[in-house]
Amino acid sequence: MAVAALVALPVLVVAANLLVPSAEVWEHLAATVLPSYVANSLWLMLGVGGAVAVGGVGTAWLVTMCRVPCHRTLEWALLLPMAMPTYVVAYTYTGLLDFAGPVQSTLRALFGWHSARDYWFPEIRSLGGAIAVMAMVLYPYVYMLARAAFLEQSVCALEASRTLGRRPWRAFLEVALPLARPAIAAGVALALMETLNDFGTVHYFAVDTFTTGIYRTWLGLGQPAVAAQLGAVLMLFVLALVLVERMSRGAARFHHTTGRYRQLPRLPLPPLGAAAALAFCALPLVLGFLLPAAVLAGWAVQAGWRRNLGGDFLHLAGNSLILAAVAGVVAALVALPLTYAQRLRPTRLVKACVRVAGLGYAVPGSVIAVGTLVPLTAIDRSLGALVLTGTIVALVYAYLVRFLAVSANAVEASLGKVTPSMEAAARTLGETALGTLRRVHLPLVRTSLLSAVLLVFVDVMKELPATLIMRPFNFDTLATRTFTLASDERLADAAAPALAIMLVGLLPVVLLSRAITRSRPGAQP
Amino acid sequence: MSSRGLVIDGVSHVYGTTAVVREVSLVVGPGELVCLLGPSGCGKTTTLRIAAGLEAPARGRVLLDGRLVSGQGVHLPPEARNVGFLFQDYALFPHLDVLGNVEFGLTALARQPRRARALEVLAQVGMNAFAQAWPHQLSGGQQQRVALARALAPRPKLMLLDEPFSGLDRRLRDQIRDETLRVLQQNHVSTLMVTHDPEEAMFMADRIAVMRHGRIEQLGTPAELFDHPASPFVASFFGEANILPGVVHQGRIATLLGEVAAPGLAEGCAAEVLVRPEAVTLRPDAAGAGIVLSARVLGRSSLVHLDVERPGQPSRHLHARLPHRDLPAEGERMAVGLDCTQAFIFPAETDG
Repeated sequence: MAVAALVALPVLVVAANLLVPSAEVWEHLAATVLPSYVANSLWLMLGVGGAVAVGGVGTAWLVTMCRVPCHRTLEWALLLPMAMPTYVVAYTYTGLLDFAGPVQSTLRALFGWHSARDYWFPEIRSLGGAIAVMAMVLYPYVYMLARAAFLEQSVCALEASRTLGRRPWRAFLEVALPLARPAIAAGVALALMETLNDFGTVHYFAVDTFTTGIYRTWLGLGQPAVAAQLGAVLMLFVLALVLVERMSRGAARFHHTTGRYRQLPRLPLPPLGAAAALAFCALPLVLGFLLPAAVLAGWAVQAGWRRNLGGDFLHLAGNSLILAAVAGVVAALVALPLTYAQRLRPTRLVKACVRVAGLGYAVPGSVIAVGTLVPLTAIDRSLGALVLTGTIVALVYAYLVRFLAVSANAVEASLGKVTPSMEAAARTLGETALGTLRRVHLPLVRTSLLSAVLLVFVDVMKELPATLIMRPFNFDTLATRTFTLASDERLADAAAPALAIMLVGLLPVVLLSRAITRSRPGAQP
Repeated sequence: MSSRGLVIDGVSHVYGTTAVVREVSLVVGPGELVCLLGPSGCGKTTTLRIAAGLEAPARGRVLLDGRLVSGQGVHLPPEARNVGFLFQDYALFPHLDVLGNVEFGLTALARQPRRARALEVLAQVGMNAFAQAWPHQLSGGQQQRVALARALAPRPKLMLLDEPFSGLDRRLRDQIRDETLRVLQQNHVSTLMVTHDPEEAMFMADRIAVMRHGRIEQLGTPAELFDHPASPFVASFFGEANILPGVVHQGRIATLLGEVAAPGLAEGCAAEVLVRPEAVTLRPDAAGAGIVLSARVLGRSSLVHLDVERPGQPSRHLHARLPHRDLPAEGERMAVGLDCTQAFIFPAETDG
């Protein structure tokens, strides 16, 4: 419980800032930039939300319920964009589409244009560009949950609606879609949480949102109190999303699809329709993964491997790996007793603690950074020395706050595999409580514990805002280096660390797609 | 009171503020099979878990083979009691194969005898060919047999069965039930079993305890419970019954089906007469009180739906069960009567 309280602390610190009387700077901010923060954040959420809903639901429906060519491959391939950190995709598209990029250069060469005044081309570094980039990468959240919902909902309900005279398309609109609505809402909420969390993309595209504002007031203006208050306002947004997600999700869980196999009546499509469906499904895959990956690979090849792996690349990779591994192991070690306690003694207090501790995942990294630094600085001040702030310990603590929920979810799901009657069976067969833990729980939980470590590991590798704010002086990871190189317009040099992050990011996607293929044993080819 | 077997003495248990078990006392003699029978939520499973030591009773004591295991400040944990528990969901360990599951409770033995004992019990339940199989590869009936073998392997003093057949479909259930009974008798082990199926209880049990609202309503052999139920609840639990209201008049009650003697009930007392369908007699009679609504063959017997009316009383829908297939036609009038030895008379319940 003490652990849960420790993890919940930063969130509560930031929340408490809502009640603190506002400083002068805050009033200044409110008069100048705050309206644009709010407007930009809202537009961003609206755009991304709409795009991921259409893209995610559409692909999920086509892939699960219709005879789309190569749907077996698409089923897992559509998850691939999850491996891409948004900021990396933002960099690649900028490199590809800005004035000096290959697309515009080719156009100019083709049509004989000379300057930007000769033609119109959409500006990628804009609010619209940010929406497009985020939607490409975040739609898998909706796809995954919507797909699971379509698989779980009774085919009978669909067939009943067909016998009651609905054409397939109407059946989808009137039965399947309303049934899947909670899952879709949950998916959109998750995608929007990621949108609010994003720092790299909006910073690079110069779209002023709360995350960039927090970063600027903290590091630029040196106003931690104001940063905390900005964070508190941002948390109100997040809280609304969490409520939406909680209400809509109900009992369903993130990584779960039921293991039961049902013969799905795949709707046959006319050749033209099949081609259109294939194009619709392939588009997000190409835009969100294949193209950026190819561009990155191209840059990396251009740069040559000496420039890629030379210098301090190995050093950076080492930093990233160690940090991620430590955070992953610590999170798993904390999650295990926490979830076990919740299971052994599910009192309201323990449940509330675990829930608050789980909030961290929804809270943007920049807010958590602020929330952890404020109490840590207070401790340091009382000690009279810089013991905690700006150390790896502080950074790992921030990661723990942010990603504990990921780890706890994985552990909880696997503890759920040990039914209460299995525990009772072991006890009546003469095994003590401790022995039961060793002989029954441990063997069953071991693999999930590993995947809990892995999930946090990958999230930490990709994490940018908290790392930027909290890292020790002169300490760089792959993510922060990618960010600084890209900010300095050295996109080609950023390719190697970005590729490395992407490759590591593929790991959980592989895990997820394996879970998905296993969820349908004996599926028809 | 026998020193061997299980003694439950005045046990009560509460979850939060609701009493789930109240003052339950019960003895399971050596080699005896006793059934706790009742609707869901009557406290039967909690009683079983208390016997296993998975729950500590709020009041009362539990003795196993003459030794105090629960109550009076003592609570022996389940692992120290040497009881076998067969769970409703079997609770096989998914990370161990069949042999591993059965060997789980045999840690006191060395490798060789452990394996020998495990194979011996597996052979008893006819599962020795599946020793290397994994639980998820087995059918429901096979999993049940493995769970039974696992519980029996450490030679428990007492077997506890929690709705062990409810997960099986009907045809398989009859067969597994038969096999389980045989294996339990072979091992001559005292057994306490929980079920909500009266037919199953009568098939398996030497004695049955009917539970309701946390209390034992009646305890006796299946024949006693069937022929002399102590309450309308017990009577209707063991089979469908026509319920006829009436008032005691000069030691007798006039019902739609005729008069029955009501010994021991006060004059003017409202009463309920429960009549099993097989106790309703029918005779063709154009002036009879009953009209046949429909008649159906149910296999070994037939069921006749009747509308019975007498002057001055509202008509009632009653069922009669006939042992033959010679059925009356729909709309035919019948004279109705009853076999008084199969009519049970209770004072009318006020609490419903």
